[in-house]
Amino acid sequence: MIRLLARRLLAGMATILCIYALTFAMVVSLPGNPFQQADRSMPPEVEQALRARYSMDNNWRYFREFLAGAVQLDFGPTFTYADWTCNQIIAEALPVSVLIGLLAMLIAVQVGVPVGVYSAVRRDRWFDVTTLAFVLLGISLPTFVTGTALLTVFAVYLQIAPVGGWGTMAHLPLPALTLSLPFTAYIARLTRIGMLDVLGSDFIRTARAKGLAPRVVVWKHALRVAFLPVLSFLGPATAQAMTGSFVVEKVFGVPGLGQHFVNAALNLDAGLIMSTVLVFATMLVAFNLLVDVLYAWLDPRIVGAV
Amino acid sequence: MGTRVRDRLGSRTAWARFRRNRAARASAVALVVLTGVCLATLPLSVKWYNVQELSQAVRHAPSAGPVVPAASFGAGPDDATRSPWRRAAHRSVSWLGHDDLGRSLLYRLMPGFLISLAVGLAAALMAVVLGTMWGATAALAGGRIDLLMMRVVDVLYGLPYILSVILLKIALTRPLATLLGGHTRTAELIILILAIGGVSWLTMARVIRGQVLFLRASLYIEAARAAGGGSLYILRRHLLPNLIGPIVVYATLVVPQAILQESFLSFLGVGVQPPQATWGSLAADGVRLLNPVRFDWWLVVFPCAALSVTLLALNFVGDGLRDALDVRGKPMSRQRLDASRTSRPQC
Repeated sequence: MIRLLARRLLAGMATILCIYALTFAMVVSLPGNPFQQADRSMPPEVEQALRARYSMDNNWRYFREFLAGAVQLDFGPTFTYADWTCNQIIAEALPVSVLIGLLAMLIAVQVGVPVGVYSAVRRDRWFDVTTLAFVLLGISLPTFVTGTALLTVFAVYLQIAPVGGWGTMAHLPLPALTLSLPFTAYIARLTRIGMLDVLGSDFIRTARAKGLAPRVVVWKHALRVAFLPVLSFLGPATAQAMTGSFVVEKVFGVPGLGQHFVNAALNLDAGLIMSTVLVFATMLVAFNLLVDVLYAWLDPRIVGAV
Repeated sequence: MGTRVRDRLGSRTAWARFRRNRAARASAVALVVLTGVCLATLPLSVKWYNVQELSQAVRHAPSAGPVVPAASFGAGPDDATRSPWRRAAHRSVSWLGHDDLGRSLLYRLMPGFLISLAVGLAAALMAVVLGTMWGATAALAGGRIDLLMMRVVDVLYGLPYILSVILLKIALTRPLATLLGGHTRTAELIILILAIGGVSWLTMARVIRGQVLFLRASLYIEAARAAGGGSLYILRRHLLPNLIGPIVVYATLVVPQAILQESFLSFLGVGVQPPQATWGSLAADGVRLLNPVRFDWWLVVFPCAALSVTLLALNFVGDGLRDALDVRGKPMSRQRLDASRTSRPQC
């Protein structure tokens, strides 16, 4: 178990390093840079001096210095926001996104798993068919549509939620609910497919035959196995939910991290691009590792297998 | 010998199963009809999709007849002498209302569907070609090459999706536009398709690799090898036929995903560039035009309904194909783990 974890941790760190190198290569090979804005031109000497100031005149030096800084959790300056460093931006935005993402994933698991289980148990009955339609809607409606719909209903007509913004508890439910919808749909679908597979297997028949209550068979024996694909989905999904969603932030006016992914890329803000990518990659690797641990706990065979 | 059985891939049984699935069949028919209508009206759409009527008050609500009696939409003093088709076309201009520039929503939606569909199909094609080759090569090569190729997938998967699409677009648009001789709009569309396709082959690669690994270890392949079958024979006769099921199913599921992704990119303003429109970009525009003072419901409701119904239909078709081709056989449990780890909803 320890060896498995150590190996996964090493592989994860190597993955983060590769992601960093790839992002760096993309960023430095892009035409244009944050110092060249369309409407303002600066003397080439000044630009040269600026690039030298931020080690951007030498790619290899920039690569090393940014990495060395990032390891010590110092992501350096941004090139678009006055008086902000990347650290300050992340410190400001990440907690917001983590809070919304965590709540969204809680909703998604709490709703998605029971819905998936029920629709598998009542296969092809009206509950299954209805939820299938809802699940497909959840997968196929873009969040800017669902978010706007929720906003219109709850904030504009019913006026029981603020129209947008951030700062109080009342600002939390609508963005979290919006963000949770696609994840809920995926989880319900994965759970349903997994349960359908498991419910037909021999050990479930044995459990039924020995007289266990159907409730115990379904929720304890079958779900334990059917949950495995959901679990491996949860790793990357949680990492994604917790690093923010541009759309949800835009619709509800939430100051999360998702907008910085997009704005950094659009502004060619090298420092911020690499900082956000590193945050995302670290989250991804961390949650995959956590999933591996939980996986080994739910299905001990995996330790021997890998 | 009464009946000749020439259904090696089981495609006939699969087809029969697919047709029994009412939701999938209805969705498939609806999609075909929709594509037909959009293709048939394409000559008109190309002329009218960007006709602006700024002289009139803009954002007209839907109505049965034309509310913008403008010559640009085909109406004229000689209207009575026109063919009935022509007059019907002119009336249809205002059926779904007009947008903030007075453009006909109907005639923006119809070609928009074709672009959306093209984006989806092209992304699916890329996923099939790239993903299948990558996954199959990794599984067949095995060992270090397999490890390396799958690491590449891991790393690419760790890049935030939106970021890579934007960076790809920034990096490639200008070179490609020069290559195409200044057709910036075509270049942008191609880049958009490449960017979306370039991130949707990862799941396919994992799924195919898992399937090939499973098949290679199965007994009947071993039997074929023991009987003296060469590796090319086994690939052609046993591996590929068994791969077609998952390839078709995952390719069908890539189409709605790609259309959805394009709508997100449009919402960010990096999708299809105006005046071109897709269903996603029209929905995003409608949402953006929403404000508490004017509620132009048709600009939100029609594109969003069209988008979600289409995606729903494509998903139904994909699900129906999966059930019909019975991809959820035994190899799926392993595959499902692979797929669940690489599939992520867009948000």
